[in-house]
Amino acid sequence: MTKTRTVSRNRILGVPLPAGRSGVDLVISALRIIIVALIIIGAGNTLLEGRFTFEQWLALLFAGLAQGSIYALIALGYTLVYGILRMINFAHGDVFMAGAFTTVFLANSFRHSGFLDSQPLLAILILMGFAALVSMTVAVLLERIAYRPLRNAPRLVPLITAIGASFFIQYTFRGLFGSGFKAYPTVAFLRGTFSVGSINVPIAQLFVFLSAIVLMLCLYWLVERTRIGKAMRSVSEDKEVATLMGVNIDLIIVFTFAIGGALAGAAGVINGLFRPQGVNFFMGFFPGIKAFTAAVLGGIGNIPGAMLGGMFLGVIEAIGPNLVLNGLGIPSANQLKDVIAFTMLVLVLIFRPQGILGERLSAEKA
Amino acid sequence: MRRLSLSIFLLLLSLFIAIGPGLAEGQVCEDEIACVSIGPDEPVTIAWMLVTTGANSFFGEDSLGGIEIALEQRGGTLLGREIELIGEDSQCTPEGGQLAAQRLVANDSVLAIIGPNCSSAAEAAIPVTSRAGYVLVTPTAVSSTLTSADRATGGTWMPGFFRTIHTNALQGRVAGCFAREILDAQTLATIHDGSTFAHDLQDAMAGAFVELGGEVVYQGAVNVGDTDMTALLTEIASFSPDILFFPIFQPEGDFLVAQAQYVAGLDNTILMGSDNLLTPGFVEATGEAALDVILFGPNLAGEAYSNLLEKWRQRYGTEPPGGFHAHAYDTTNLLLDAIESVAQVGEDGVVLIGRQALRDAMSATRDFKGITGSLTCSATGDCATGEAIGIFRIGEPEVFDEHWPPAVIWNPSTGQPESNPLSVPGAQCP
Repeated sequence: MTKTRTVSRNRILGVPLPAGRSGVDLVISALRIIIVALIIIGAGNTLLEGRFTFEQWLALLFAGLAQGSIYALIALGYTLVYGILRMINFAHGDVFMAGAFTTVFLANSFRHSGFLDSQPLLAILILMGFAALVSMTVAVLLERIAYRPLRNAPRLVPLITAIGASFFIQYTFRGLFGSGFKAYPTVAFLRGTFSVGSINVPIAQLFVFLSAIVLMLCLYWLVERTRIGKAMRSVSEDKEVATLMGVNIDLIIVFTFAIGGALAGAAGVINGLFRPQGVNFFMGFFPGIKAFTAAVLGGIGNIPGAMLGGMFLGVIEAIGPNLVLNGLGIPSANQLKDVIAFTMLVLVLIFRPQGILGERLSAEKA
Repeated sequence: MRRLSLSIFLLLLSLFIAIGPGLAEGQVCEDEIACVSIGPDEPVTIAWMLVTTGANSFFGEDSLGGIEIALEQRGGTLLGREIELIGEDSQCTPEGGQLAAQRLVANDSVLAIIGPNCSSAAEAAIPVTSRAGYVLVTPTAVSSTLTSADRATGGTWMPGFFRTIHTNALQGRVAGCFAREILDAQTLATIHDGSTFAHDLQDAMAGAFVELGGEVVYQGAVNVGDTDMTALLTEIASFSPDILFFPIFQPEGDFLVAQAQYVAGLDNTILMGSDNLLTPGFVEATGEAALDVILFGPNLAGEAYSNLLEKWRQRYGTEPPGGFHAHAYDTTNLLLDAIESVAQVGEDGVVLIGRQALRDAMSATRDFKGITGSLTCSATGDCATGEAIGIFRIGEPEVFDEHWPPAVIWNPSTGQPESNPLSVPGAQCP
């Protein structure tokens, strides 16, 4: 029995493989080569054809970075919770929606009262604070009601609960605010473009990118340089030892959910300033999935990884279809941007199964 | 054995008691299918099956608002009785349509069903409601095959099914002709969102455009749930089309229009959407970006529509979430009128309504004056006549003064530009 298995692993169609390489390795290598070749051929064709100008590529790149920043902010929530509890909080996209949807009313009242135009920065800060508060409340309640009673249950149980909680939050907000679409007001100073030479970047995109970076740096500082951050890291390493060292695990977990929720809420407002339309009860679903992908792409459980994964995904989505699929002659390439995004995920994972910045440790965590 | 005969006897007895009073009073149901009998204290039951969950639920909410306002205007009564409105979620899927239809036809007191919203759900619901003898009338499902009885070409019509909205084929022809002849556009790009509705409509539009000598330079699609349209728009800009036609819904349509203003190369492209976006919510969401966007849909101009909109705002405190509430409103009125016309009131106050009679009354509708135009039902249930399509252009009053609906710039039925700054002099649609 053992013998046959060894033979089949090291031979393909009876031909022995080079020492130390199995059939699976070969298939994966072939897959790597094919995908990389397709990307190079597609990109080469598009660039040789020259249908898009350099400015158009740059515009796509900046739009991608801005979109990626939002993915990254949501992805941080996934990664924080995963790092501590080893669980995927699938309701996190809806935590994002909760903040964004609730704050749209405040934002519109700010516009009507003229406050948004007279004190735009202050108004945006208040909006972000308010959204963060709403999302934080939802996230903390979620942990307390849906996840804590199941903390020691088998791993599938909280996962299914998270999906149920996701529906619960969606339809609660539909009940509260209706199923129509709302839109954030446009802020005057974000409307223009920032120009360097012939390159124009919309200020809104720049603003989104910079505020996301600032928030991420704050989070990084919090986790790496503060006492509570140290406690979070210790809970992430080993809960039992952390308890023995006097860390209050419940408190740390609640704090983690609160931070993740607050970031998602702030992301809701930032998203609203960047893409004002389409605020409704379902708006968290797709960003939630994308952000989860970004977290895995970057190496789940790793904070800089989530940021990098989000940015990477945003840029790939924006540039990929036009660059690669167009060059391969695929019609309506942009409808396939999710295909590009998820192919990239597969590609990254076959080169680096632990994600871009994933640590070896994540193998043990998983 | 004895027990069996006893129970058969009891069953017959109870049946006799149940039908007895109706027969005794001399009211006889002569309907080919069946009659619904409503006692003096019983309500009249009308049902809806709309999409009320998932990303498309704004659609159902929009229709339901139109239905409720129509009922409210009659004081919530019909034939001197309360109207009881019940409903099922038909989703936007065949399974949803079938399940909702089965649940509703299991209820004998339901007189007729309004819905469903989506053609996919309608296709699955029609056989169920038709075989059960019910009337099903949709205010929003536009796929041409629904009202075609020709099975060879994919027709799915069965007796008892009606609709009050224009078909895709008709809307597409009007839009294609308007773009090609009236606007004198040479090149066209279209976008759909993967739904049967949007796909067929842009196809019909592109077909008409090509037939009249235009060129289609791009046909692409977005995904439902996309928020970033820049990549797609950049690709389209590389073809510099004269017209960009996108019969997609909110919020994808909002994102598209809002982002188009920042994409270089689209400056001379005219944006054109369909009735999906013919709602004040679209302008509210897109602001100045909506300026000069062309939309076509039911010719909603007029006081009757303003009144409906005013009632909506009073009742719900918001703008309608979609562009089809007027259709639902008309559908409800058409249906209630038909029910009234066939009701036989007995001396004891019991009302009998024949299901076949109700179908016949619906089919016999001629020149019903609705907000969405005059409705005349064909043999296969198409009630929209096509005379009431309007082409609108969003202007400054809509964007800055919350005025609604926008001005009609062209009316296909008269062939006359009403106040159309864009049109080529003397141009006409065949």
